[in-house]
This record gives sequence, structure tokens and C-alpha cells, in this order.
Amino acid sequence: MRELTYLEAVREAMSQEMRQNEDVFILGEDIGVYGGAFGVTRGMIEEFGPERIRNTPISEAAISGTAVGAALTGMRPILELQFSDFMTIAMDNMVNQAAKIRYMYGGKGKVPMVLRTPAGSGTGAAAQHSQSLEAWMAHVPGLKVVQPSTAYDAKGLLKAAIDEDNPVIFYEHKLCYKTKSDVPEELYSIPLGQADIKREGSDVTIVATAIMVHKSLEAAVELEKEGISVEVIDPRTLVPLDTDTIIESVKKTSRLVVVHEAVKRGGFGGEIASVIAESEAFDYLDAPIKRLGGKAVPIPYNPELEKSAIPGVDDIVAAVKETLNHR
Amino acid sequence: MTSLLNLPSHLKKDDLTALLKQMWQIRFFEEKVDEFFAKGMIHGTTHLAVGQEASAVGSIAVLEERDKITSTHRGHGHCIAKGAEVNRMMAELFGRTTGYCKGKGGSMHIADVDKGNLGANGIVGGGFAIATGAALTSQMKNEGYVVLCFFGDGASNEGSFHEALNLASIWKLPVVFICENNQYGMSGPAKEMMNIEDIAARAESYGIPGKVVDGNDVFDVMNGVSEAVDRARNGQGPSIVEAKTYRWKGHSKSDAKKYRTREEEQEWRAKDPIARLRDVLIQEGLLTDEEAAEIKAAAKKEIEDSVEFSKQSPMPTIDDLMEDIYA
Repeated sequence: MRELTYLEAVREAMSQEMRQNEDVFILGEDIGVYGGAFGVTRGMIEEFGPERIRNTPISEAAISGTAVGAALTGMRPILELQFSDFMTIAMDNMVNQAAKIRYMYGGKGKVPMVLRTPAGSGTGAAAQHSQSLEAWMAHVPGLKVVQPSTAYDAKGLLKAAIDEDNPVIFYEHKLCYKTKSDVPEELYSIPLGQADIKREGSDVTIVATAIMVHKSLEAAVELEKEGISVEVIDPRTLVPLDTDTIIESVKKTSRLVVVHEAVKRGGFGGEIASVIAESEAFDYLDAPIKRLGGKAVPIPYNPELEKSAIPGVDDIVAAVKETLNHR
Repeated sequence: MTSLLNLPSHLKKDDLTALLKQMWQIRFFEEKVDEFFAKGMIHGTTHLAVGQEASAVGSIAVLEERDKITSTHRGHGHCIAKGAEVNRMMAELFGRTTGYCKGKGGSMHIADVDKGNLGANGIVGGGFAIATGAALTSQMKNEGYVVLCFFGDGASNEGSFHEALNLASIWKLPVVFICENNQYGMSGPAKEMMNIEDIAARAESYGIPGKVVDGNDVFDVMNGVSEAVDRARNGQGPSIVEAKTYRWKGHSKSDAKKYRTREEEQEWRAKDPIARLRDVLIQEGLLTDEEAAEIKAAAKKEIEDSVEFSKQSPMPTIDDLMEDIYA
């Protein structure tokens, strides 16, 4: 099978969907000839034209609401938000309109839209262009939240998101864009709400999201050298969350480490830890659940400081050992 | 003074009496709601547009069936003018399953998406971008419908106003922004909250037409909106129509109206849009006193009947709570 980068996989999913469904279109800032801030839509305006690759003014409040209105009346818009930090400006439309319309209207109307947005640190873009705010959106009933970590997952999950009749927030980690994996040429769908066991193991379960999936897999390789067998689970979607896969894994390993880049305080890891604490897996735990997340600090500019603001491979290795050494 | 000189020439007697009946329906509906809130028979809050009936009825009277609207928190009149059943509206305020939103939305969220009412909105300025998006669908799918976006003087100071009007203008979308300037954003007098006399003047900065009409003269409203709707339908883009009017009641149910004088209220009550329409129709020999009384009585009875319908309608059950969140 051929390999694609994560970025190419996202583009391919959109292009293939757009070829088969006239109602799908993209709107966003600089997505036309420029190709988007990260180049995801590069070449698409040439194929689909400016009507369906809609270059917009710098107006996150208008373009998010316009996507809601277009979705409500029969289109399936994909909104590219240049940086996930700018969710603050689109937030009203996503939280107060998109998420609630169907419920407020008593089950009438639907808002089939995808808001795609690059998230995370590691690019030296500092505090206003590096955040991981997915927990905010996962908190809001009515939204679905997707966070793929691999090219294969990105393509399949994006197709599922576009086919959804509900608003979906689709987080693309910037450092994942260049990662590669085998990606089928044909369009395929990965159902929202199915976690993926990225590596099987028996001693400790790591639940990790986005770029932390890659770091956790690296940590697992390190730990294997010391005879420690780590299972790495990527939930892939936070809403809906595949709790069964996580619970079953923890019942098997009796130990859980949760890792995400987002600030630990109030982060989604707290939700995953709570799911286990409230489940039958609690009785199987041989050590306290360990959470790793970003420090409660704005992402700094200096590269060394930036790295130290979020969990690294060493932190994950140490956390796994800590749970194993617990008595 | 309302005058037949302003009368759109194609209107027949039946159309004129229908306008009068609709305005009375709105008036009686809102007075009934006011009464029930005072008596504690319905809960939550509500925003009444008593005194503003001509801007809702006149604007929507020039639309075709396929056209759409977005409404505001003060939206009962828009719903009725767009053809909503008063039974289902009243039932919604009573929180019953027969209501437009099955009792889940209440006064601020009445919608009938299939009939082109894309919904009232609890967020001030929440409709600008949604209307823009609905107009984008019309343009992209070549559906030929126009969207009327109602908003208040207060909403014109929201950032969403600027972003959406700019976007609608550059894309020449078929949307008409109808400002119902009732002089106050809650307690804030428009003259203190902006340094211009006419909100319509803001149109100039988007390169679109802006027109002021007498919001208490249903014919003046119709003429102004009709011109803007024609323009939108012909692909010439959006306009602002500003209807100067006044809300007789307070902002919401708990408003002592300390921010304005009783004299000012009396001045505006003397410009009652319903009395003006009735009087001119009688003067011109298009309606007799008896016919007017009959229309009024019929409108009143429909509202009384809606109360009975609502009281006899079932309450939702706990089983309904978690339904309708996702499509």
C-alpha cells in the first residue's frame, strides 16, 4: 500500500468527498491559491474552483456562523479554522448555535458541518497559536470531537465526520501533519466512537491523544527494552468516547496512564480517569491512575521552554514505571 | 400618517385584511403571554414586541413561500407572520410536547425549519451569520430564495453584524438585514450606544444600500423591504432596511422601564401600527367598522383557542430529556 502524510490524507478525504457530493464545500481564510496556513487545501481551488473552495475574509465569527446557516439549509460545509486558538472567536456559533440548534428546535433541523483546525505546540508559534483546547468542545453536548493521530485515521475519520449529520470539531495536530502511514487510495470511513489499540501490551495501559500517541509509542519501545509491555490506546474521538475499549484494557493490565498535550488541569484526561474510576475496571487497578498533561502555563516561545511545557517521552516512561513500582 | 398613497399597488382587499388580521393575532398572542407571565402561569422569560407588529408583518408580507427568515429573541411576531400555527407557538410557551420545539426551546427558540423559519435566537446578533449561510445555500444551489434577517438596534453593535454584513456583501448573497430599531437595547437607549442617527447608514461601509422606513407603517415597511428583496433575488446582494419603531412593553418580563419616560411611551402608543392600518382601510372604504370588528374578534378567538389547545396538550416526560441532542 502507498504511504501518505497526515496532511495529504486530510486533503485526499476532502477531495474525494467533494468529487462525489456537490453539497460539500470548504470555506476558510487563505485556503484558495495560498493553500491554507499549513498547505492542507493546496491545489484544491484549481480542481474545484473558488465557489467550492471559498476564500473568506478574516472573520471567524462570520464564517463559523455562515457554515451553521449553510448546513442548516442543506449544504455540508467544511470550515477550516486557521489555528485552533481562534476557536475563541468562532466559539459562540459552535457552542450556542451549532451544538444546540437541533435540541432547541425539538429535533428539527440538523447542522452537518465539520470544523477542521490545526492544534498543538511545537512550532515556535507561542501562546496564541499553540494551544490544545479540545476539552472545551468535548464539554458541550451537541458537538462531536475528533482528534486523529495518524494519516490512516485522519482520512477515515474525516470522511465519517463529513458524513455526520451533526457538527464535528476535527483537531489536526500540527506535528502530525508530516507523519506518514499506509493509506488506502479508496475512500473509507472510520466510525466516530471507536478507539484504536495502537500497540498491544499487558503490563500498563496508556491512553493518549494526537501527538502524544506517537510519543507514547516511542516510550513503549523504550520500556520494552526493560521488559515492560505497554498497551497504547488512541481514543481517536473524544465525543463519542469508546469507553469499552479503555475499560477492557485496564481490566487486563490493571494500570493506567493518561497522556495529552492539553493543560492537565481540566483536561480531557480527567474524564478518562473518571470513566475508569467509575467503572468495573476500578477494582482491577493495582496502582493509582497517572495523568500527564501540559503544565498550567501559556505555551512559551523559547524552544526549550516550549518542550518542557508539555509531556515528553521521558515523562511517559517515568510515569509508566511509577505505576508499576506502586505498592 | 399611514396612507394608501404608499400602498403597494398589487394588493387586493383580501391581502390588506389579512395583514390586519395577522397584526391583531400577534398583538393578542403577546398580550396573552404577558398576562400569563404576570400570573405565573408560564415560566422562564419572554420578550414582547407589542407595538412593533408592522415591521414583522410588512417585511414578511413581501416574501414568497420559499423565502426564509432568521428571527430574534423578540420573535413571536416574525413566527406568526411567517405562517406559524399559534396553537403550536402557545403550546411551546406552555412547555408542551405539541409545541414547535416539543417544549424544549421556549419563547426564544421557536423555529420551523421546513417552512423557512430558521429560528428565533437567544444570542443577540446570533442570526446575522446564520442568515448569511442560508443565503449562501440559496446561491450555491441556485434555489432562488431570499433570507430576511431580523435584528435589533442593540445587535447592530455586535461584532457579528460587521463580519456577516461584509461577507454577505462581497459574495453578493440574497439576504436582507431588517433592523427593527425599537430605540432600546434592553435599557440602553440607541442614541447613547451609537454615535449615529440611522443604523441604515452603516450600510455604506459595506457598499450596500441602506434605507430607513417608518416601522409603524406597514405599507412603508412593505415598500422598503420589497425593493431590497427584489434586489437580493436578482443577484445584486444584500441591503439593510431599518424600521423605526418602539416596543410598548419592557425588555422582558421583569422590567420597571426606569430608563424611559411615560410621556415617550404615550407618544409612541399614539402611533399604534394596527390602529393606523385599520383606520386607513376604513377611510378608503376598503373595510367597514363591522368587518374590522369581526377580523379582530376572529384573531382574538384564535389566541383563546391556542390557550385551550396548550392546556390540553401533554407535558414531556423524563424519557424525552435526552432525545434530539444529535441527528
